[in-house]
Amino acid sequence: MTGITETLPAPTAGTKPRGLASKFALQDAVFHRSTQFFAVLVLATLAGIIASLFVGSWLTLTQTGPKFFVTDVWDPVRSLFGGLAPLWGTLITATIALLIGVPVSFGIAIFLTEMCPPVLKRPLGTAVELLAAIPSIIYGMWGLFILAPILAEYQPAISSSLGNLPLIGTLFQGPPMGIGVFTAGLILSVMVIPFIASVMRDVFETTPPILKESAYGLGATTWEVMWNVVLPYTKAGVVGGIMLGLGRALGETMAVTFVIGNAYNISLKLFDPGNSIASSLANEFNEAADPNHMSALITLGLLLFFLSFVVLSLSRWMLSSLSKKEGRRT
Amino acid sequence: MSFQVSLGDAAKEAPKTNAVTKIAIKNLNFFYGTFQGLRSISMEIPERQVTAYIGPSGCGKSTLLRTLNRMYSLYPGQRAEGEIIFNGSNVLDPKQDLNALRGQIGMVFQKPTPFPMSIYDNIAFGVKLYEKLSKSDMDDRVEWALKKAALWGEAKDKLSQSGLSLSGGQQQRLCIARGIAVKPEVLLLDEPTSALDPISTARIEELISELRDDYTIVIVTHNMQQAARVSQHTAYMYLGELIEFTPTAEIFVKPKDKRTEDYITGRFG
Repeated sequence: MTGITETLPAPTAGTKPRGLASKFALQDAVFHRSTQFFAVLVLATLAGIIASLFVGSWLTLTQTGPKFFVTDVWDPVRSLFGGLAPLWGTLITATIALLIGVPVSFGIAIFLTEMCPPVLKRPLGTAVELLAAIPSIIYGMWGLFILAPILAEYQPAISSSLGNLPLIGTLFQGPPMGIGVFTAGLILSVMVIPFIASVMRDVFETTPPILKESAYGLGATTWEVMWNVVLPYTKAGVVGGIMLGLGRALGETMAVTFVIGNAYNISLKLFDPGNSIASSLANEFNEAADPNHMSALITLGLLLFFLSFVVLSLSRWMLSSLSKKEGRRT
Repeated sequence: MSFQVSLGDAAKEAPKTNAVTKIAIKNLNFFYGTFQGLRSISMEIPERQVTAYIGPSGCGKSTLLRTLNRMYSLYPGQRAEGEIIFNGSNVLDPKQDLNALRGQIGMVFQKPTPFPMSIYDNIAFGVKLYEKLSKSDMDDRVEWALKKAALWGEAKDKLSQSGLSLSGGQQQRLCIARGIAVKPEVLLLDEPTSALDPISTARIEELISELRDDYTIVIVTHNMQQAARVSQHTAYMYLGELIEFTPTAEIFVKPKDKRTEDYITGRFG
């Protein structure tokens, strides 16, 4: 350091440049420290939430133990709690949401990036994004008052046709009330579509035109270009978008609570009423006077947190195995 | 920046006078919305020879190239009028099967554009669009295309690696191999060496000279020496017009048009 300062010409205009420099150095240090503080704050918050979830669920974790995660009895009167039913419901509704939402979003994104006439591009894109702006309580009301009666009308027909299929027939059975796991999944799929579709559209647009042109130049159709070139090129972003949607599907509370039926019930029949973690929490916190009950609910919250973590890790793992399949880059 | 362009062997060799016309362009006009990019171009591109388009930036060379395989059709607002006769049918016909057309007229771009998949799949991708080959036939085809593009020696041990693992020059030869693998009749090269170093450029130029025996090649280039080195016919374009189209040996030695002369002697451009 000293060697460098010695070779520098002495400042001629007095102390002004030096004063400015030290002012900048101070600003830099303040800036550095404050951004660091915000970054650390995120970690601290995360750690705090995990810690309080563990503290809250301690009673259940010690008294019921691992049995909580594998039993489906939920009986606040006898103080027996098993979290398998809401876990099951959460996973099933999120799966339905993605099974419907991902292909639809992919179609929307392909249309918006490749085929849409320029006049329609902006209005359609905005409309898709606006779907995300609708409050979830509105989705819930729409699901309960509009969608559920319509589904109730068609469920008997579905049960008597698709319900007779081998293997997957069971899925399409259950009481034709219009309320149940399937309806919740359907609502969720509408709710995740704007997230997934707009992320997909944005990442598809980052594909260099020259890359698409070289695939079109070989005579590939739009589908072949999208599926074989654009999708692999943008896979990190696409998986990110799907995970964003999955995150919403797993944690969505209000809309699901309205239409899922709120029954602690594990069933392969998708028309049966069920329950999800988020909707159990929303429904029962008010009446959970018993500390065991409260602790069981917080354990469910911990489970949901853990589930999101697993989903995130799975997506990372999926991405890395995808890029292995594509070939090493060295 | 005045210089003497030295002709390559390819240009010195007398162009076959009885060469068959592969693509006949008749009175072609091209529009980007309201802007006219090409003005009544007419020319005949000879079969199994290299035709080069030269001219200053924005003169319409690339536009002309992109009409030959209808690449412009991807973009609404771009349209062409006139006729491009290829294998007896008009390329510009709205009923033209674009996928089949692009299978017969391959294209290589300014920058290497390997697909995000393995080297093997980069080649096989195009082939699979047209033919159902058994695994061993496909292996043969990939090897054939890579050999043809002078890449087999460097790539044969890493066929399963990503196309992006190759160097820039190798990637561009991969793109040429990919284009050849579907067995087109015409190869369009849009400034294929503009992103490459001199050594890679020399290899691609050698490759172009070899491919000329089997394919009709149309190359757009910013580099006049490159046109002189690899082509038998050169077209000089300026502001969307075809100023001069003659055997390469003639255009660089005694250009007919004053504007061509100004450009190739470096007085402008």
